[in-house]
Amino acid sequence: MAEIVIIGAGPAGISAAELLVANGVKPILIDEGMRAGGQGYRRPADDLALDMTKLMGSEAGRYAALHKRFATLRPRIDYRPQTLVWAIDGKRLHLLRDGRTETLDCDSLLIASGAMDRIAPFPGWTTPGVFTLGGAQVALKDQGCLIGSRVAFLGSSPLLTLAAKQYRAMGAEIAVIADTTPFSAKLAAMPALLGAPRTLLRGLWYMAAALRTGIPMLHGVTPVAVEGDGRVEALALRDGSGRERRFACDAIALGYGLKPETQLADLAGADFAYDRDFRLFLPKIDGFGRARPGLYLAGDGVRIGGADAAEASGALAAHAILSDLGRAQDIAAIRPLARRVTRLRDFQRGLARAFAWPKEQIAALPDTVTLCRCENVTIGEVRAAMTKALGPVEVNRVKAMTRCGMGRCQGRVCGPTLQEIVAAGTEQGGEAAGRLRGQAPVKPIALAAAEEPA
Amino acid sequence: MERSQAQFRRVARRSGPPVTLSFDGRPINATAGDSVLAALLESGAFVRRLEFGVEPRAGFCLMGACQDCWVWSAAGGRIRACTTSVSEGMELFAEPQDMAGSRG
Repeated sequence: MAEIVIIGAGPAGISAAELLVANGVKPILIDEGMRAGGQGYRRPADDLALDMTKLMGSEAGRYAALHKRFATLRPRIDYRPQTLVWAIDGKRLHLLRDGRTETLDCDSLLIASGAMDRIAPFPGWTTPGVFTLGGAQVALKDQGCLIGSRVAFLGSSPLLTLAAKQYRAMGAEIAVIADTTPFSAKLAAMPALLGAPRTLLRGLWYMAAALRTGIPMLHGVTPVAVEGDGRVEALALRDGSGRERRFACDAIALGYGLKPETQLADLAGADFAYDRDFRLFLPKIDGFGRARPGLYLAGDGVRIGGADAAEASGALAAHAILSDLGRAQDIAAIRPLARRVTRLRDFQRGLARAFAWPKEQIAALPDTVTLCRCENVTIGEVRAAMTKALGPVEVNRVKAMTRCGMGRCQGRVCGPTLQEIVAAGTEQGGEAAGRLRGQAPVKPIALAAAEEPA
Repeated sequence: MERSQAQFRRVARRSGPPVTLSFDGRPINATAGDSVLAALLESGAFVRRLEFGVEPRAGFCLMGACQDCWVWSAAGGRIRACTTSVSEGMELFAEPQDMAGSRG
């Protein structure tokens, strides 16, 4: 039997593995995390006294169901937690576990690598106490900690309100929920959101709950600065009417929606295309998640769709894997999965329009703002490099000249902003700025570990 | 004192055994199962200083993606604080110990 490897034990990877097991196949499920579940359905350790039912709210049932399903699945698969896939070379995966490297050859590879927050910098954003919005939730779910006692939520995402609600339930003071997209722009995008009423209603309910509790909620803000020397003391911003306001806080959760983690798909040979709604280069896939022969992509790691879409897309990809290995699949089982994936991903596309990536604000950022937090490169240095560039200006050239995107995060944090700064500088669309190419290792590994045994 | 106040606030207790580690020579009390990052930020405000200056950093994504929270161990190696659990007797530093002062 062919070797089938799944990378990522979130809702997509788990659903794919389940379907393969149901068809008599034993896949290898590799996950960098300590416990299965991925980021959204992250499971705290048993010894942490955290009420996940309260924390997950309306998603508690789905959260519990996924972990129950994984417990049933685990003895039937080759599960390898705390294992990093740091490079992919054709059909060969390079793994790192416990400081040791090994290789694994596979016939079919499903990558369900999940997503991280998309970040836009602003003055002072590297100050300790500024964390990603997803990070604020991880601190709570994984460690039972709040990122601060009085927290400001900034960016553009429906998740700002969700996270603020979770934080408030756990005893945090909410300084402000500040969204850069004007309320009118969100309303204008509403029709596109009616395809997934359950998710839409949940979002509206969170907003209403926030309003009832008197938490200041602002739309159409422009971030001005993080105030504080070495730690967060306040968030300064201009509100929708242009008035500058200051919110005292000791932590800031920052997030502009989610961004697929596509580095492994890149190394595995997927082709990419620019997506105008998300303003990101995303891997090209067919309706089942096929990227190229033997390579399948599912979940938020390829298209933002949320946990439900991830589950359905993982199952779809598993059907495709089995079908491509010559095993007939039941079309009646496939159709509803495909419909669900399309509907939920269309909804997220609507959200990406409603909670817009603030490209105009980014283009207007001052030169002094740090763009690359790994290599300490400012926006001014990137703009200066573009005026010096010989030949076409594009992101990989700017990266080579400035080291922006070359640091230890491999452009995960600065990439989308670098793309916009380069696009604004060349007065071309985001697409013309080019795509930051992925490089192995996708995460830092010790040089000693990367040396192949002779 | 820049470290007089903690960044993180614990809202859920762990039932595991106590663990003592140190950060820049200062003892830190934690509980088995805590991440190094949570342990350090429950008692302080930063975990490292940027290689390109003295700017403090305290991690950013908390999910092993941004690589902003690597701290130095006594042996000269690096540990990603957000995805590493504490262990008894860990000696950690905000800056590399062997090479401190010799950086370009």
